[in-house]
Amino acid sequence: MANPRTSFIARLDWLTIILFLVMVGFGWMNVFASSRNEGTPGSLFDASQRFSKQFYFIIAALVIAIATLTIDGKVWSFFSFPIYAVTLLILPITILIGKEINGARAWIFIGSFTLQPAEFTKFATALAIAKLLSTYNFVVQKPRNLMQVGALLGIPMVLILLQKDTGTALVFLVFVLVLFREGLSWVFLFVAALAILLFVLTMLVPIPILLGVISMIALGLTWLYQRNLKFFYIGFLSLGGLFGLAFLGSKFLGSDWSLSRLFFLAAFLAFMIWLTIILRKRHNPLLIILLTWFGAIIFIFSVDFVFHQVLQEHMQSRINNILGLESDPLGKGYNLNQSKIAIGSGGFFGKGFMQGTQTSLNFVPEQSTDFIFCTVGEEWGFMGSLLVLGLFSGLIIRLIYLAERQRSTFSRVYGYSVASIIFFHFAINIGMTIGIVPVIGIPLPFFSSGGSSLWAFTLMLFIFLRLDTDRYQIVS
Amino acid sequence: MQNSNPNRKYVVGGIVLAVTLIYLLRLFYIQVIDKSYQLSSKNNSQLRVVEYPGRGMIFDRYGKALVSFEAVYDLLVLPQQLKPFDTLELCRILSVDPIELRESIKKAHDYSRYRQSAIVRQITPEQIAALNEKLYKYPGFSIQIRTQRKYPQSIAPHVLGYVGEVNQSDINADSYYQGGDYIGKSGLESEYEQYLRGRKGIRYMLVDVHNRLQGSFENGRYDTIAEPGRKLTTTIDAGLQEYGEKLLAHKKGSIVAIEPSTGEILAMVSSPGYDPNELVGRIRGKNFERLLNDSLNPLFNRATMSRYSPGSIFKTIQALIALQEGVIDEFYSVDCNKSIIGCHNHPNAHGLREGIMYSCNPYFYNVFRRIILQGKSTSVFKDSQIGLKTWYQMVCSFGLGQVLGTDLPGIKPGLIPDVAFYDKMHGVNRWAFSTIYSNSIGQGEVETVPIQIANLAAIIANRGTYFIPHFVKSIEGVDSIPEKFRVPMHTAVDTKYFDIVADGMQMVVNSQGGTGSRAQVPGVIVCGKTGTVQNSGRKEDHSGFFAFAPKDRPRIAIVAYVENSGAGGVYAAPIASLMIEKYLNGTITQTDKELSILEYKQF
Repeated sequence: MANPRTSFIARLDWLTIILFLVMVGFGWMNVFASSRNEGTPGSLFDASQRFSKQFYFIIAALVIAIATLTIDGKVWSFFSFPIYAVTLLILPITILIGKEINGARAWIFIGSFTLQPAEFTKFATALAIAKLLSTYNFVVQKPRNLMQVGALLGIPMVLILLQKDTGTALVFLVFVLVLFREGLSWVFLFVAALAILLFVLTMLVPIPILLGVISMIALGLTWLYQRNLKFFYIGFLSLGGLFGLAFLGSKFLGSDWSLSRLFFLAAFLAFMIWLTIILRKRHNPLLIILLTWFGAIIFIFSVDFVFHQVLQEHMQSRINNILGLESDPLGKGYNLNQSKIAIGSGGFFGKGFMQGTQTSLNFVPEQSTDFIFCTVGEEWGFMGSLLVLGLFSGLIIRLIYLAERQRSTFSRVYGYSVASIIFFHFAINIGMTIGIVPVIGIPLPFFSSGGSSLWAFTLMLFIFLRLDTDRYQIVS
Repeated sequence: MQNSNPNRKYVVGGIVLAVTLIYLLRLFYIQVIDKSYQLSSKNNSQLRVVEYPGRGMIFDRYGKALVSFEAVYDLLVLPQQLKPFDTLELCRILSVDPIELRESIKKAHDYSRYRQSAIVRQITPEQIAALNEKLYKYPGFSIQIRTQRKYPQSIAPHVLGYVGEVNQSDINADSYYQGGDYIGKSGLESEYEQYLRGRKGIRYMLVDVHNRLQGSFENGRYDTIAEPGRKLTTTIDAGLQEYGEKLLAHKKGSIVAIEPSTGEILAMVSSPGYDPNELVGRIRGKNFERLLNDSLNPLFNRATMSRYSPGSIFKTIQALIALQEGVIDEFYSVDCNKSIIGCHNHPNAHGLREGIMYSCNPYFYNVFRRIILQGKSTSVFKDSQIGLKTWYQMVCSFGLGQVLGTDLPGIKPGLIPDVAFYDKMHGVNRWAFSTIYSNSIGQGEVETVPIQIANLAAIIANRGTYFIPHFVKSIEGVDSIPEKFRVPMHTAVDTKYFDIVADGMQMVVNSQGGTGSRAQVPGVIVCGKTGTVQNSGRKEDHSGFFAFAPKDRPRIAIVAYVENSGAGGVYAAPIASLMIEKYLNGTITQTDKELSILEYKQF
């Protein structure tokens, strides 16, 4: 443990700062590679080029970093709610006077700059949540307190959704991790994860298959608990029989899926009744498995119903777009996942700096912003991917470690919030480029070109580093 | 409760590490294991090149080109590659408005920065030659070749139809189409779209870092080869069609000529028409607007869509049905008693042939009464119902009251009233023969469209059978025309009765006192019948005439209508006569008749 009396410089967590600098530096190399135009090299300081613009952004970010370190950490705790309020007030203004880019009204002009206020809402919300959770007598499990948290998260989400910037709005869901660390019941994490998983699966996987897989999992878990082979066989056979019947049903009923879905629903209801009879002993774990299983089925059907019957066509299309189901109906084998082709073509060692062809010819959309990882993958290969993933997971784990060593709840919660937000961006952004996660347009922190995102993440990170240097002083 | 859940840091950290691990495995798979993503580093970027095939040509029955195509060029832009350029120079070369050009580019940019969009369409070859030299100065722009329609004969606009850009519903209906594609919008262009359009080809090319072509992607595994559109040979006789359009110039009307032995449509004229070349290229929009707003309605195909009362032409059907039903014989005679129904002055008709020749209204009033009131019920209402039911079925067997299966979109069915129709109009048992007798002379509720009357001429020429009138003679690569055009249709009237009506129609044209003497053709026995369509008193009657010739082994069946021009014998009959002479003899000897028609101008 460092001595509280050592100098400020010594108390700074230099590992985090080094990770930050490496990420920003490597990020800029990739922005440079992806936004250079062949034929016209252009000056590094020519502000009309994206990479030189980004260079200035990085200089500004470093200034922000140093300035932030000089501000006393107590300021952030003290002003957390006012800062939160101010960033919230800017959002409606953006909706009114903002500039529309790619369908989202999320940018405002300051001179020739465009600024995306929603980026700053994230750290402001992190401050507010930290402040709320550190208040005396706050208990996460208390419904009243949970509702306060919900309000703090819900207001910016709704405002950002009104800007039609769905990606950024979704970021706020990641606070469930912070709350979990602070004592939120497992059930929330489990239900949230399951709901997200099921929603995406319902859209992507044919419903009968999904129902079958879920049922098999439920059956498997029950068997693990019961260790009763006879029971397992009965379940297995009846499930198989039901599938056979449903298969025949769908054959004879033609392509009218709604009928066969009804058939499925009825069959599974019967299956559930049969299970309940078996479970009269009221073993708790079995009941949980059963309820989860049945809840999942209901959820799948309601998602499907709402999606197809309630939502209008353009809303369906938007969701399909978000899920990447409709983004390029004509591409078929060719256009499908240009980003995967770019990354995949990188091989183990990559094509080398500025040698990427996929990315330089703009086959990948939003090349230097949301899809910057394609350039990494193409030009630096698997080694580059390994480096970037290592940097991110290293940073996040380091932040968790730092957060855990805080004595004040405020600093700890804030640290977890920073780690979680970076994690969410990292997981969604890279997952999207490699086709694991639906296409949701949020930037890769410290990598993607653009000022707002870089500055907001820098500010967010360095506030925490400053709080960390004060970890022996604040005892609240 | 400070730091009360210390173990949960492992859960959160575990989630982070798990996600990282899954992603690493995935990346390892797509970057190292799965070689399908690994293209050679030199040439691994694809360019999608769409090749538009030439649209199939359309020919007349003798192989003369009615519709051909010529190459035109579109200017494409890939917004992502745009650099500042000399807008004015480009606009000068293409003769487009700079503001329009900028707006098109902005639209293309908003649509997609990474997709090519056509911003200037249908550029002439001269402009392209000038542009090609300077294209290097305009990065992001490229030229795409397409073909556009050309009409060497400038005839038959309503039959051929026109081609236009697809709209959203076309794209929704058939995923083959993409925005900016062309589709047959009307006429044969629309009917035979599937054959005429061919198939677009898509080639995926590899380009290097400097956007130079490096050959095909994956040896053309994903490419589709463009297939040119099929040739369509029609049954139209271009010479006859052109002559018909000349005769109807400056008149409102239509002509349909059919070869009775096959059902092939030799000519279909609707006037006023337009030059099909007007609806091609960049002038199309402006001209279409003008034609659409023209009060004479030149886009409207009168030959298939104008619903007229058939008038006296309908008397031939009444005669045939009466003979078939046995309610009259060929010697049936009626005094011309004008007290029930008006008539013109003519000697009394002795026998059916003279009834047709004089077009005697009281005669056919009585014929129709005998058909409708056959005394099968004591109630005059019931009896009328029974009679009308039989009559309706027989009339329909002549292809009336229904859309003929002709290969042209938008044909109207006309109207033949049945029992249900009158029940709805007047109420059940509230109508009888006295209510509906106007139909006896083709007035009243019956309505027909000209192509049906031409078909009726073909039916009488064939003595009771017909082939569905059609335009298709052959399609390249297709063995035979659709079966429906090859199978004869039979009417409900026996062949023997048609000779009597044909005799009557011969007398209409060739005997002293016939109403259609102006339809005579030197050296040819023409059988015809006038039809004067009363026009609710406000305007002059429509003049109609239908005929076939020669009487034995007929080669042409024809109908001519001239709107608001008086009795059928005056203008419609000579037009039919000239058309018959033109088709049968190839030359016109009746120059006086021709001149009088050409000089008659309605507008």
